[in-house]
Amino acid sequence: MMTVCNACRYCEGFCAVFPAMERRLTFSDPDLKYLANLCHNCRGCYYACQYAPPHEFALNVPKALGELRLETWREFAWPRFFRGLFRHGGPTVWLAAAVPAAIVLLLVLVFQGPGALIHLQAGRAGFYGVIPYKLMVVPFSGLGLLVLAALLVEFARFWRETGGRLAELAGPGALLPAIWDALRLKYLDGGGHGCNYPDDRFSHNRRWLHHFVFYGFLLCFLSTTVAAILEHLLGRRAPYRFLSWPVVLGTMGGLSLLVGTGGLLYLKGKMDPRPAASGASELDVGFLVMLFLTSLTGLLLLILRQTPVMGLLLAVHVGIVAGLFITLPYGKFVHAVYRFAALARNAVERSREEDH
Amino acid sequence: MTPGLDLSRTFDVLVVGGGNAALCAAMTAREAGADVLLLECSPRDFRGGNSRHTRNMRYVHARGNHYLTGPYLEDEFRDDLRRVTGSGINEQLARMTLKKSENLGAWVEGRGGVFQPSMRGTLHLSRTNAFFLGGGKALMNAYYATAARLGVGILYEAEATDLDIREDGFVSAAVLYQGVCETVRAGAVVVASGGFQANIEWLREYWGPAADRFIVRGTPYDQGRMLRVLLDRGARPVGDPRSFHGVAIDARAPRFDGGIVTRLDVVPFGIVVNKEARRFYDEGEEFWPKRYAIWGRLVAGQPDQVAYSIIDSKSMGLFMPSVFPPFEAGSIREMAGLLDIDPDTLEETVAGFNRSTTNLDRFDPAILDECHTRDLTPPKSHWARALDTPPFYGYPLRPGITFTYLGVAVDERARVLKTDERPWPNVFAAGEIMSGNILDKGYLAGFGMTIGTVFGRIAGKEAARHISR
Repeated sequence: MMTVCNACRYCEGFCAVFPAMERRLTFSDPDLKYLANLCHNCRGCYYACQYAPPHEFALNVPKALGELRLETWREFAWPRFFRGLFRHGGPTVWLAAAVPAAIVLLLVLVFQGPGALIHLQAGRAGFYGVIPYKLMVVPFSGLGLLVLAALLVEFARFWRETGGRLAELAGPGALLPAIWDALRLKYLDGGGHGCNYPDDRFSHNRRWLHHFVFYGFLLCFLSTTVAAILEHLLGRRAPYRFLSWPVVLGTMGGLSLLVGTGGLLYLKGKMDPRPAASGASELDVGFLVMLFLTSLTGLLLLILRQTPVMGLLLAVHVGIVAGLFITLPYGKFVHAVYRFAALARNAVERSREEDH
Repeated sequence: MTPGLDLSRTFDVLVVGGGNAALCAAMTAREAGADVLLLECSPRDFRGGNSRHTRNMRYVHARGNHYLTGPYLEDEFRDDLRRVTGSGINEQLARMTLKKSENLGAWVEGRGGVFQPSMRGTLHLSRTNAFFLGGGKALMNAYYATAARLGVGILYEAEATDLDIREDGFVSAAVLYQGVCETVRAGAVVVASGGFQANIEWLREYWGPAADRFIVRGTPYDQGRMLRVLLDRGARPVGDPRSFHGVAIDARAPRFDGGIVTRLDVVPFGIVVNKEARRFYDEGEEFWPKRYAIWGRLVAGQPDQVAYSIIDSKSMGLFMPSVFPPFEAGSIREMAGLLDIDPDTLEETVAGFNRSTTNLDRFDPAILDECHTRDLTPPKSHWARALDTPPFYGYPLRPGITFTYLGVAVDERARVLKTDERPWPNVFAAGEIMSGNILDKGYLAGFGMTIGTVFGRIAGKEAARHISR
C-alpha cells in the first residue's frame, strides 16, 4: 500500500500522514505504528484514491491504518492483562457501566440502608449522606492515579517504540505544535474544507462535534478540579449552588458532551462502512455511550437533587463515572494519548526537516 | 444515479460522457436552465473517465494565490504550447482556449473543486498549474455532487451506442442501460466521451499486433464509440489517427487504469536496451519532463514493444520511487538472466557504454551536465555515468498510452463541423474527443483539463442557448 502511495502522492495535501510517508523510502514496523496513529481518519484519501476498491490495487488507507491503530493500542496496553478489553469493546462498556453502578448501589444499601437511596436528601449533608465523604474521595483518587499511570505507561511505550527519546519531548519543538494541532483538531479539516464523514461529501460536522466532546470533557474535568479545591482547601462541602463555579462548568461541560456524543453517535449510524476499520466501531460507540451516560446521569442528578430519587441517581452516576475511569486506558479514549504522541513525533520530524 | 428518471421524455441537453468536460458542460447547461441528462458508461466507482487520474490544471492568471506561486499570462502559455505542439492545430481555437482559461480556478472552486494549498516547503506547488486536492478523482466527486445538487440527471453504466444525426442535426441517441436499448431524445447533444485509446482493436488498425502489448494508463471505458459514430456521420476528423500520447511505463503495470504510479522516471540515470540487449536512443537527451512523453513511442518501435532500463546503485534515490520493485542483480550477467535477455550482448553493450563515458566528475542531475559519452551510437548526451557499482537495478518498460489525438473538428462555439466545414446546429463536442483541434502532438501538463473545462463550458452554454431559441 505504502509503495503505491509513495509513487502517487496525490493525497499529500490532506493531512500529515502523507508528508510523513514521503520522508521515508521504506517502512519499518514502528514507522507504520506511528503513521497509523497520526491518521485522524478523515477519509479524504479513500474517496480521492484512484486505486480504491474495486480497483485491482484495492487501496484503502483509512481502513488499513485504522486496523493497525487498534493493534498498537492492544500491544501497548498496560497492564497487559487488560489487553483483551480492546477486542471486546461492546461488552466491556456495558459491564463497565453496570457493574460499578451495581456495586455502589449495593454498598449504599448494605451500609447506609435503603433510606439513604430514596429519601429527601437535600441540604448540607446531601451527597455524603448517601456515600460517605471518605468512601467517595479515597477510591476515586486511587483509581485516578492508576488510570493516569496506565496512560503514562502507554504513552511512554509508544514513544520509545517509535524511536523517540525523552529529550525530544522536553523541547518546545515537540509539545507546543502538537498541543496546538490537537486543540484545533487540525487534521480533521481534511486540508481545509472538512473531512469525508459520514460519506464522500466534505463536512466539518464531525470536527465540530468532536470539539463539543473534547471541550465538554475538559469543562467537566475543570469543574471537578474546582470542586476539589473548594472542598479540600476551602472546606466547602458539595453540593454547590446552581450559580457556583463547579455547577456552571459541569453543566456546560455536560451539555456539551451530550450534544457532541449524541451527534457523533448519530453520524456513526449514517457512516459509510467501507473505509472503516473492522473492530473500531465497538470501541467508538462504547466510549461515546459511556460519556453520554456520564453526562446524562450527572445532569439528571443536578436537576433532581432536591427530590427523593437523588440517592439512587447519585449511586448510579458515581458508578458510571467509576466505570468510565476504569475503561479509559483500555478503550477509545487512548486515541487521545497515541494521537498526541504521534503529533509530537510529527512536530519533531518537521522541525528536523526544516533544520536541514 | 438519479432515481426516477423518465427516459421517454425529451431532454433539453444530453451529455454523453462522465469526465471533466462532460460535467463542466452538464453543470453549465443546467445553470442556464436546461433539463440535462448525463450518461456515464462506467460504474459509479470508476466514473470520471481519464479525469480521475489527473492531478492539476493549467490556466491563465494575472497573479499568484495560495495555490499558485505567481502569475502566468497568455503570452507565456502560448509559447509553452507552441513548443510542444505541431503545425496542424487550429491557431484561432488555441488562442481562444488560452484566453478563456483565465481564472478558471475560481469557476472550479465555485462548483466544489478544492485546490491544494501551499504546505510547508511548498511541496509540488507550481506557478502555472493549480493542483487538485487529492487529485482528479476528488474533483470528479465534487463535480458529481454539484451536478446532482443542481438537478442534472445522472445515469451510470449507461452507454450511448449510436446517435441519430440528420442533415439538420441531432434527434436522439441509442442508449444501452440496464440491459435494454433505449432511445433518448434531446434538443441538443454534447459529446464528451473521450478518445479511443482503450480500444485495442481500433489501435490495431494502425499499429498491428504491437497494439496488443500497449498498456492503457487510464480508463478502460474510452472505447471511442462516439468518435467513430461522429466520423461515420460525416464529422471532419482532426489529428493523426496513428498518433497517441504515450510514455514508457513499468511493464508490470495492469493493462488498464494503472494511472500515475506505473510511471518510471529512471531512464535518464542509466541505459535503456531492447530485448536484443542493445541501446536504441539517447537516454540523456534532455531533462526527463521534456522527454518522458517520447519514450512510449520509442519503446513501441522496438521488437516486442519492450525495453529495459538499467542503472547501478549510484543512481538509486535520484528519482521518484516506483510502485514495482526493480530487479536487483550483483552483476550485469545476472541482470541479463533476470530480464531474460542475452547475457553476452548485454555485457558487451554495458562495457561499450562504460568505455565511452567521459567527464564523470561533472555529473549533476540538476543541470544538463557535461557528463556525456564519446564515440558511441546512439550517444548519451548527459548524466552518462558508467554502470560499475553493483548492485544493478533493472526496470522493464512498455508503451503506456495516455490518450489518442484523433478527434472531430469543432468551431469556436464547440459545434462539431462536417467535412464541408459547416456545423450541425445542435451537436457539440468537448474534451479529449476534440482536443486534437488544439494539440496535435506532445503535451503540456494539465492542459487536457484546460481544454475540457473551457470547451465543456462553451458546449454547455451553447447547447442551452440552442434549445432556448
